[in-house]
Amino acid sequence: MEPINVLTALACPLPLENVDTDQLIPARFMKEPRLPRGYGDFLLHDLRFDRNGSPTDFVLNRPGMDKAGILVARRNFGAGSSREAAVYALVDFGFRCVVAPSFGDIFASNAVNNGLLPAQVSEPDTERLLAALDAMDARLSVNLEAQTIAAGDVVVGFEINPTWRLKLLNGWDDIDLTLARAYEIKTFRSGYLRAFPWLG
Amino acid sequence: MAGKTLFDKVWQAHEICQNDEGQSLLWVDRHLAHEGSFHAFNKVAERGLDILHPECTTGIADHYVPTDSRNLIAVQPKVRSVIEQLVNNTRKHGIELIGLDDPRQGIVHVVGPEQGLTQPGLLMVCGDSHTSTHGALGALAFGIGASEVAHVLATQTLWQTKPRRMRITVDGELAPGVSAKDIALAWIARLGADGARGYAIEYAGRVIQDLSVEARLTLCNLSIEGGGRCGMIAPDDKTIDYLRDRPYTPKGQDWEQAEAYWRTLFSDQDAEFDREITLRGEDIAPIVTWGVSPEEALPIDGRVPDPADAASPSRAEQIRESLAYMGLEPGQKLTEIAVDRVFIGSCTNARLEDLRAAAEVLKGKQCRVPGMVSPGSTLVKARAEAEGLDRIFIEAGLEWRESGCSMCVGMNGDLIASGERCASTTNRNFKGRQGPGARTHLMSPAMAAAAAVTGHLTDIRELKG
Repeated sequence: MEPINVLTALACPLPLENVDTDQLIPARFMKEPRLPRGYGDFLLHDLRFDRNGSPTDFVLNRPGMDKAGILVARRNFGAGSSREAAVYALVDFGFRCVVAPSFGDIFASNAVNNGLLPAQVSEPDTERLLAALDAMDARLSVNLEAQTIAAGDVVVGFEINPTWRLKLLNGWDDIDLTLARAYEIKTFRSGYLRAFPWLG
Repeated sequence: MAGKTLFDKVWQAHEICQNDEGQSLLWVDRHLAHEGSFHAFNKVAERGLDILHPECTTGIADHYVPTDSRNLIAVQPKVRSVIEQLVNNTRKHGIELIGLDDPRQGIVHVVGPEQGLTQPGLLMVCGDSHTSTHGALGALAFGIGASEVAHVLATQTLWQTKPRRMRITVDGELAPGVSAKDIALAWIARLGADGARGYAIEYAGRVIQDLSVEARLTLCNLSIEGGGRCGMIAPDDKTIDYLRDRPYTPKGQDWEQAEAYWRTLFSDQDAEFDREITLRGEDIAPIVTWGVSPEEALPIDGRVPDPADAASPSRAEQIRESLAYMGLEPGQKLTEIAVDRVFIGSCTNARLEDLRAAAEVLKGKQCRVPGMVSPGSTLVKARAEAEGLDRIFIEAGLEWRESGCSMCVGMNGDLIASGERCASTTNRNFKGRQGPGARTHLMSPAMAAAAAVTGHLTDIRELKG
C-alpha cells in the first residue's frame, strides 16, 4: 500500500449526510470483477447519471472534478453495507482522502485497508471547509503527520485512530503484521481450546 | 474494581495481544462466507496465502441466489458466475458449503442461529454488516470488509479497536401490534443512524427479556443501522432452550460445559457502561420510515416532517432531499401514503414468527397491491408450508418465493421499478437500495401485511381493532 503523509489535491464538496455505501456503489455493479477497468465509473453512479446514462449536474461531473483527490461530506459518510467495493470505487476514481464529521465504522476500516484516509473533523469545521471550497479553487492540503487540513487560510485539525494513522503513514498491511505474530496466535489458541474444550 | 459487561467478558476471552497503540488482535471462532466474499478469496489467492482454519468458515449462498426457482440456467451469467465462485472457492479450500440446493440454505444471518453455528460467547464475523444479528444469542458478532475477511481467512484473527459500551434498556411492556422492529426503529430515530457509532450495544430490560429469540435476532440485526459495532443480549433460559439440539451446538458432556459457561455471560451488577439509554415499552408505537435513512422514522400516526421546522439549515436541506427522492409532501399524514407493492423478507424479518405475524393479518383477506414473500431460510419455508402459511400468502395475492436476500438488496435481480413505493420488512431505505429510483418504507411484517391489504401505510392497531 502506498504511504500517505501530505496530500494536496483538488477537493470535491459533497454537502450531504448519510452518504451510504449503497449510494457510493449500487449493488448491481458489484458482480463485476474489479480488474481491469476498476470501479471508478460506478462511484455514486445514480447521482452522476440519469436513467438514460447521461451525466447529471452532480458536483463530480463538473469540469476538472475527474482529478479530485479529496472528498468533503457531512455526517455518517459510508454508513450501511460492509461492501469494500464502496472504497474501491472511491480509490479507483482517484480519491485518497474523505473528510467528514463521522464515518460508518466498517467503511472507515475498509478505507484504511485500501490506503484511503478517513479524516474525521468536527461538524462546524466541516461546514467551514465546505464554505471554503465554495469560495476558492477547491484545493485542500491534508497533513497526516500533523493531523491538519488546510484550505487556503482555513486550517482545521482532524482525528484518526492512532493505529490507522501509523498504517497509512507507513503503508503497512495488516496481514504482514499479523503473520509475524504466528507463534503468539498459536500459543493463544492452545490455551483457548483448553478453556473452551467444546470448541476444539 | 467495577464488574464486567457481557461484551467485556466475550472480548477479553478472545484477546490475543495488543499493539503499541492499544488495538487488540482477536481470535475469530467462526466466519460465515457468502457469494460476495469473492473479493476476499481473490485477495488470499493473489498473495499466495493458505486458509489457516477452513473448518472455522462456513459458506452460505444467499446474496445472489434466484428466488423464483433454484434453477441457475435462467440466471444472468454474471450473477451465476458469482454464485459459482462461492462453490469453487469453498471446494478448493475444503470449506463447508450450504449451497443453493442444500435444504438448509438461506440467508446467512438466519441460517447461523437456525443451525446452531451461532452460540453464546463466540466471536463471529462475516463480510456483511448485518452480522450484528448473531449477538442476540450472546455472541460478539460484527460485519467486516473484504480485506478483513482475507485477514481472517489467512490468520483466523482480526485487529480491532475496542468499542465503548452502550446499554439500551427497554423497560415495561410492549403494546399490542408493536414488535422488535419498532423498538429498533424507535432508538435509531432517537439517537440517529450514527448514534451508536463506536459502541458495542447491549440490549437489556424487561421488554428484551420478554422477547422471543427470533424477535431478539431482529433487534440485534438492526444495531448496525444505528451505527453500532455490534448488538448483544445476555443468554438466558430462552437462549439455551433455543440452542439445544441444533445441528452445530455441542452435545452431551460438551453441552453441559458449554451451557455452564454461557450462563456466566451477563453484565455484572456493578458493570459500567459508557452510555445508558432507556426506553419505555409502552411509549413505542408501530413505526415506519418516511425518508432515505433508517433514522428518518416516525410513529405511524405521525406526519411527514416539514423542512421549515428543522433544527438547522443542513438538516432542512437533508429533509428536502429525502422528500424529493421519496415523492412526499411536508405535513402529509403517513397513513395516507399509498404503496405500489410489499416485500416480506430479509435477514431482519423473515423468520417463522415474522411470517406468522404477516399471515395473521392477511388471513382471509385480499391484497390491493402485488408483493413477494421470501422466507429467511429454506427450512423456514418448509416449516411455514407445514403450517399452511404459504396458502394464506398465495390466496391473499402475494408471491411465495424461495429463500435469499432477494429484494432487500436486489443483487439477484429482484428489484422494484423506479418511482415505485414499497412497504418492506427489510433494513435499509437507502436511495436505490431496492433498485434505482425505488422508494422504500421500512416497517414490521404485520405493518407490511396491513399496507398490502389497504394499499397504503396503515396503523396495524386500527386494522385489527
